[in-house]
Order: sequence, then C-alpha cells, then structure tokens
Amino acid sequence: MGVVVSAQHTPSLAERLKDAASVAFIALLLGIPMLGLTTVDQGGALRVATRWPVLAAFVALCFAGRLIARYAFERWQLGRRSQERTKNRATPSSRRYGVLTNWLGWGCFASALFLPILFSDNRYVVDTATTVLIYVMLGWGLNVVVGLAGLLNLGYAAFYAVGAYAYALLATQFGWGFWQALPVAGALAAGFGLLLGWPTLRLRGDYLAIVTLGFGEIVRVVLVNWTDLSNGPNGIASIPRPTFFGLPFKPGDEATFASFFGIEFSPLHRIHFLYYLILALAMLTNVFVSRLRKLPIGRAWEAIREDEIACKALGINVTQVKLSALAISAMLGGAAGVFFAARQGFISPESFTFNESAIVLAIVVLGGTGSQLGVVLSSLVLVLLPELGRDFADYRMLLFGAAMILIMIWRPGGILAKREPTLRYSALPRDGERP
Amino acid sequence: MALALQQLINGLTLGAVYGLIAIGYTMVYGIIGMINFAHGDIYMVSAFIAVTGFTLLSAFGVSSVPLAIIVVLVVSVAFTSVYGWAVERTAYRPLRGSTRLAPLISAIGMSIFLQNMVQLTQGARVKPIPPVLVGGFDVLTIDGFTVHLAYSQMLIVLVTVALMLVFTFVINRTSFGRQQRACEQDRTMTALLGINVDRTISFTFMLGAMLAAVAGVLVTVYYGVVDFYIGFVVGIKAFTAAVFGGIGSLPGAMLGGVLIGLIEAFWVAYLAPEYKDVATFSLLILVLMFRPSGLLGRPEVEKV
Repeated sequence: MGVVVSAQHTPSLAERLKDAASVAFIALLLGIPMLGLTTVDQGGALRVATRWPVLAAFVALCFAGRLIARYAFERWQLGRRSQERTKNRATPSSRRYGVLTNWLGWGCFASALFLPILFSDNRYVVDTATTVLIYVMLGWGLNVVVGLAGLLNLGYAAFYAVGAYAYALLATQFGWGFWQALPVAGALAAGFGLLLGWPTLRLRGDYLAIVTLGFGEIVRVVLVNWTDLSNGPNGIASIPRPTFFGLPFKPGDEATFASFFGIEFSPLHRIHFLYYLILALAMLTNVFVSRLRKLPIGRAWEAIREDEIACKALGINVTQVKLSALAISAMLGGAAGVFFAARQGFISPESFTFNESAIVLAIVVLGGTGSQLGVVLSSLVLVLLPELGRDFADYRMLLFGAAMILIMIWRPGGILAKREPTLRYSALPRDGERP
Repeated sequence: MALALQQLINGLTLGAVYGLIAIGYTMVYGIIGMINFAHGDIYMVSAFIAVTGFTLLSAFGVSSVPLAIIVVLVVSVAFTSVYGWAVERTAYRPLRGSTRLAPLISAIGMSIFLQNMVQLTQGARVKPIPPVLVGGFDVLTIDGFTVHLAYSQMLIVLVTVALMLVFTFVINRTSFGRQQRACEQDRTMTALLGINVDRTISFTFMLGAMLAAVAGVLVTVYYGVVDFYIGFVVGIKAFTAAVFGGIGSLPGAMLGGVLIGLIEAFWVAYLAPEYKDVATFSLLILVLMFRPSGLLGRPEVEKV
C-alpha cells in the first residue's frame, strides 16, 4: 500500500492502531457479503449460511497484517532512502547479474536434459516436466509481443488453439504427419496474427489488449459453434501421435521405434520422446528469439516498447515492426499448439479459454517481461505449485491474480526484470577519451 | 413486426444494463486513462450480494416486493461501492505514474482475483433465486404473436432513466462533479487548485461501482440466475459499449450500451444466436478501426 511517510515523522502507536483498525473495518465491510454470508443449495432452494468465525479470522488477519506490513514497509523505505543516496541506478552489478542468469540458464538446460534419465521410470515426473516445457514455450512466444514489443496480448490462447486445431484437422482428415503439419500450422497461426494485427495495430496499448481479448473469445466461440469444422464442444479425439522419423511408438512387429532399434517395447519411450521433442522445440524457440533480439528487427521491437513516437520520428515503420512481432509470437504459439494436440491426442475448445491466455500472460509478467529465464522460473512455479495438492489447485487462480497485482506494485517489470537493451553500443568512446 | 417490437423491448432492457456498467468504464477511463478491467467483476460481486440479500429477506419473511428490491438495492450499492474503493486503493493507486501496461496487468490480476474469490467463497455453481418480480402485461398481439412487457423490464428501464438524470445532475451541477471533470482535464492543475485528486478518483471508482451494483441487482431480478463468470462477458460488452459511444463521454456510454443491447437482441432474433458474442466483439474491432473516438467522443491527441 502506498503510504507516504515523511522522513521526520514516525507514527505513534496510537496512530498505527487507528490505521490498522480502519483497514480492519474495510476488511469487515468487504468480508461480510462474501465471507460472512453465503448461500447454499438446500433441497432446490437457496438458504443463507453464515461463517462468522471465518470472517472474524479474516478481519483479525487484516488488522495484524496491516500493523506488521506498515512497520516493515517504513523500515524498508528508510533503509532504501539512505541507500539510494549513495548508489546511482545503473549499478555496475548488472554485468555480474547477467553472468549469473547466464549460468542459471545453462544449469536449467542441463537439468532439463538429464531429467528423464534421472527419473527414467517415473512417468509422472516426465509428464509434468513436459507440461512445464509447453508453458515455457508459450511464455517465450508471448514474450516476443509482451516483453519485447510491449504490446499486451490477452488472446494468446487463440493462436495456441489455431495451431492445435490445424494439426488435429490435418492429421485426422488428411493423414498429415506431425513434422509436415508443424510448419503449416505455425504459418497458419502467424497468418491469424497478421489478420488480427493488420487492422488493430494502430490502436494504443490498452485498446489493443481488449481487441486481442475479443479476438481470443471470437476464436473460441467459433470453435464451439462451428461443429462441421471443429466438432464443437466435443472436440477432436484420436489425434495421431508424433513419430520418430516415421517410426511409431506402439507395440507391434512391423517397423516401430522399439523393433527398429531392437529394444523391448515400453510405453515410457513415447513419454520420453515427447519430452525431448518439446525440449527441442522450446530451445529452438529460445535460440530463435535470442537471435532475433540481436537483429535490427528485434532491436526495433525493444525501441518501440520504450518510445513509439521516437521510433516513428527515426523512420521505423512501426506498424510493420509490430506486425512482425505479433506474427512471430503467433507462430510460436501455434507450434506449441501442434505439440499440445499431438501430446494429448484430444483437444476441445475448453483448453483454450481466457484462463489459458491469462496463465501464459501471468507467466510472462511474473517472470519478468522480456526475460527468457524468468519465463522458465515462473512456469516452474505456476505449474508445479498446483501439483502439490488439490487444495492448492483450488487457490491457484486466486493466487495468480493476487501475485499479478503485487508484482506489478512491487516490481512492475517482473521478478527478473531486465529492461536494458539487448545490445549496447559499447564502441562509443567514453567522455574524455575522444580522439 | 411483433417480433421486432419484442426484441426492441428486450434490447432496450439489456442495453440499459450495459449502459449502467459502461458508465463505470468510461468515467474511470476519462479520469485516469486506464481500462478498469475488474469493473465487470464488480458487477458480478453485486449480483451475488443481491442473491444473498433476496434469500435473506425471504427467510425473514419480507413479502413486499418493492420493499425487498429497495432494501437489496441499497445494501448492494453500499457494499459494492466499498469493493470499488478497495479495488482502486489496492490495485491501481500504487501504480499511478507507472507505465501504461502496469495498471492494466494489475487490473487483469484483480479481475482474476475477484472471480476466484467469489468462486471459492460462494461456490462455483449457478445460483438460481425464485423470481422476485413476476408478471407484466401484453402490449399488443399481431398475427398471433403477443408482445410482452415484463414488470422487471419496466423496472430496469425506469431505474436506469432515473439514475441517468441523477447522475447527469451530479456530474454537471455539484461540486464533486466539477472536481471530477477538472481531474479529467488536467490532474496536476486540479491538484494545484487545492482539490484532493486521489479522493476524487476514489469517489469516481465508488460511483462507477454503485452504478454497476444497480445493474447487478436489476439483472438478478430480471434473470434470476447468477454465477461467478457473468462479469467477464458482460464486462467486455459494456466496455465495447463505452468505446462505441466514445470513451470518456457519459451520454455516449449510455447510447453505446443501448445500441449494443439492440444489436444483440436483433442479432439473436434474426441471425445466428450462438454467434452473438462474436457480433459484439467484431463490432468492437470495427469501431476501433474506423472510428476510435466513438460516436460522441473527442478525438484523442497523443502527446510526447
């Protein structure tokens, strides 16, 4: 809470108690209709039930929490103020920070590489890790738009859906394979990105966000209702699984993965293969995006994020640059969708709701917009936490929401915020060294 | 013909509700230039308070319908305005002066938070209440099709018109309204003139929440079912209405709401009902493409 504290005045105990009491009073007012009272279904009619102990606990928690939080906040601010006088903002430690994240990134990659070997017979671990990697890939894809180009896309699940449905339809109707469908579905998703972006990119940031949200809903509603194409809410089932250079992963005598390599069939082969497949796709995404960031187009994205008008003045074609970001991000989302469809074997519009977009956005925002490693860390947290327990899964979205607010207040750039340009023109001579 | 008249009535009812919610969007956008993404969920919270209120009143044996509606309106408006205040205080005020996207992301966070909070505390099931205001009268019959005007529809339109009158008075004539308009034009200058800008913004949020609360109660009376997800779609539609009418313009919000309501009602009657949301969202995209300042809005000049 943004309390303005002057350096001279430290509030007395009475003031603190009064402040906490007013917070508790607000909490009481907020809590009465939601926590204190609820309606339960009893024999077809609603009946009001009360939960006063819960409400009392909530109010007490708010009172105590406010007292402690305010005290801690004041101490922290005092400390920070004295620190700020001695230290300027561009700290020399940013270089060391870069080295650290670099090592951490390689560490993550190495552990991802060896994970299936360490847990070779634990199907659950590898499956969960595959889910994490799907979100990592989606996060990296969305990061291009949100983190680099600074455009808020609230309909990312639409591109994910386009990719997934493209593969599902191509595979079930025309018998296409995974590798044939991957580029086509990616291109199709990119086409949808252009379709969305071309008319709307002139809009300012928040309008664009709402339009993307509407676009996401349009795609979902069409998928639900256009039964001839998408089989409606029932979804598409028995989607073929990806093969290892044409060798399927199923028991049998003819050319399968197991028989070709002369090993005994195991259902784990496919799980491991899918894991390495998404790892490869995700790493490809990572390398692709990191490379793009160093090209003129990537630098233009970051420049537009910082100041669009300046970019126009410098002669950058803003619309084209934004469109490219949207299309590339959509393509990556589509590719992730292809993998999702191939892995699940079944897709329905249920998987592509606004919640899905919100989760991917939360991953990008919490991890630090523009930070590749941040996406990995937040995907790990957001996917693994609900796995810890059913109770927790109920509170997952609630905590997402709260975390999005708190992180925006605490660090508007995300946990691993790095708003520095990817490339710095270091060849510039320093002051006093001019020839 | 009769069907058209019926859909006109239905569309006006729906449009009045959208308009009430759209005013909240447009006022907040006018004063701090951000989309209050959680506004639709404020409306949803109020609908839940209304369900609890009506159930509680019928448990206490209050049988007078006008009394029940008035009591629930007052209670719901009071509690919901606290929600509006708290949302602004916790999620938006700390971010004032931050980047443009930061408050939007925290607004989305707030929306997700409110939805799940209600889902956890009130249950994920659809809540039906027994009809509060039953009956109506038949306006006319053409070719065997009777045009029906329900009392609840009359209630919605009348309450909306009355609120619009009060609201126009508040904004145009009272001291708060002048402060609010001043903040809209220039916040720094307003602060220099000794007006508490933060308080004005808080009041604006509360006022918007109050109107959304009225909409929530009226919709509960009209449809009789509530679930935790209603705020999302209605919120986007109301926002579309605000953009359509010209964001920042109060009469525009109402006009946009009514137009959206009519478009939706006629779309459902004559075209594909299952694509009615697609129609609204496509309209939003079209309006933003060809007339971003809306029907009654002022064109916005981007400053460096």
